[in-house]
Amino acid sequence: MKKEVTINVNGTSYTEEVEPRLLLVHFIRENLELTGTHIGCDTSHCGACTILLNGDSVKSCTIFTVQADGAEIATVEGMMQDGKYHPLQESFKEYHGLQCGFCTPGMLMRAIDFLKHNPDPTEEEIRWGISSNLCRCTGYNNIVIAIEKAAEKMREVEVETVA
Amino acid sequence: MIPASFDYHCPSTLQEAFTLSQEFGEDAKYLSGGHSLIPMMKLRFSEPAHIIDISRIQGLKYIKEEDGILKIGAFTTEADLEFSDLCNDKYPILVDVSKLIGDPSVRNKATVGGNLAHGDAANDHPAVMLALKANIVAEGPGGTRNIPIAEFFRGLFETALGQNDILTEIQIPATKAGNGGAYNKIERKVGDYATSGVAVNLTVDTSDTVVDIGIGLTNVNPVPMRVSRAEEALKGNKLTQELIEKAGKIAGEDCSPTADLRGSEDYKRSITKELTIRTINKAWERAKASL
Ligand SMILES: Cc1cc2nc3c(=O)[nH]c(=O)nc-3n(C[C@H](O)[C@H](O)[C@H](O)COP(=O)(O)OP(=O)(O)OC[C@H]3O[C@@H](n4cnc5c(N)ncnc54)[C@H](O)[C@@H]3O)c2cc1C
Ligand code: FES
Ligand code: FES
Repeated sequence: MKKEVTINVNGTSYTEEVEPRLLLVHFIRENLELTGTHIGCDTSHCGACTILLNGDSVKSCTIFTVQADGAEIATVEGMMQDGKYHPLQESFKEYHGLQCGFCTPGMLMRAIDFLKHNPDPTEEEIRWGISSNLCRCTGYNNIVIAIEKAAEKMREVEVETVA
Repeated sequence: MIPASFDYHCPSTLQEAFTLSQEFGEDAKYLSGGHSLIPMMKLRFSEPAHIIDISRIQGLKYIKEEDGILKIGAFTTEADLEFSDLCNDKYPILVDVSKLIGDPSVRNKATVGGNLAHGDAANDHPAVMLALKANIVAEGPGGTRNIPIAEFFRGLFETALGQNDILTEIQIPATKAGNGGAYNKIERKVGDYATSGVAVNLTVDTSDTVVDIGIGLTNVNPVPMRVSRAEEALKGNKLTQELIEKAGKIAGEDCSPTADLRGSEDYKRSITKELTIRTINKAWERAKASL
């Protein structure tokens, strides 16, 4: 039996009828056609599907859409505000925090949640902080640097963010 | 990976949840954080025809001290424990364990109640709750039951919870002077289940004599286990490195690990011994600091 859900994604409210078994990542990618959120492992490990659910980073391949009824979701598509990159996006670009880019949307979502809890992290804390997300290309070093630099900037300026 | 079809129910009270569970019986499963159940459903190891999502029932998400008891609501997430001021100040063992469960995003969804109700000897909370001598509160159509943790784990994925029961609260004796706890596990990588894990909760007096002790093990026995023989060896005695070494040796002997990708039986026994020694020392250090 289908269920009606109303979910706010990046500030827009969507109401749809969905099968209860529809995974949130499929709802986001296929129903809403927001394909920035990726599917890597499909087994809750890689973090490519990471989104913000009511502000918390979660793996959208391990959540049913019906569980998110009434929730506020942020995906990578919501990070840019008024045509301007979020400091994390800016920093990933400047410090080469990506190569193929497959892990990047998930990494960014995770980094937002991490910096919310820990705005002034050490290198080691950043490494633990992004341990939910795998990257096959960069060897992580530049991702860690990018997050460190973005954190510096975010401590200085108030950022309009999706979360 | 697409799970089999199911009907979804979303009760807003415990009573509604019990009614649904009674109606659908074995065809239904409760869903909390979903981070054990959904992976199993995606692999089709579990194909319930009805999912009863209990996570919207209000009032079961808290960490508080009351009447000499630390009370943890079943829907408390691992991240709630990890960032709780109360746990960081007074119950570091709960911070140790939460930080070692899954990864940061998993911890935003996974619940403590679900971790215990799942009845998996690979999960980390069972050993911790055994060491802490916790009490499990279960509510069902017939009323409320208190289940001592020592009687909670019955077999492989089997607990003392009945088909319609919902685990609502975990109760732990409040910490006092001389009490300290610690948890540690060896994992191959972040997000992996333990190759072995050891939880120790220890109370000493000013002369370092063990007044009370609980030791629990993760993933080296078919059912989460307490190392009673090691506890007996320590209780009433003055702590020394020789004695701690002896307790470690017993833990390595009394567990019953199976060889798998994480290592051979011998290897698991040997790291269980070493981890027990280290974790008792860590708990002792914290116990002394609280005197
Ligand atoms: C990638 C990954 C890594 C993980 N790593 C670890 C790890 O290292 N250590 C670890 O311990 N765990 C780990 N987990 C498991 C995670 O902690 C689970 O979320 C937890 O075991 C179950 O909690 P849940 O709320 O998600 O339960 P669910 O998945 O919703 O439910 C699990 C089972 O318990 C039952 N249940 C849940 N809550 C209740 C309740 N209140 N009353 C009665 N029955 C209930 C359900 O019916 C179901 O059968 C990992 C999970 C993932 C996806
Ligand atoms: S696709 Fe969700 S964790 Fe890999
Ligand atoms: S940039 Fe390619 S996986 Fe991370």
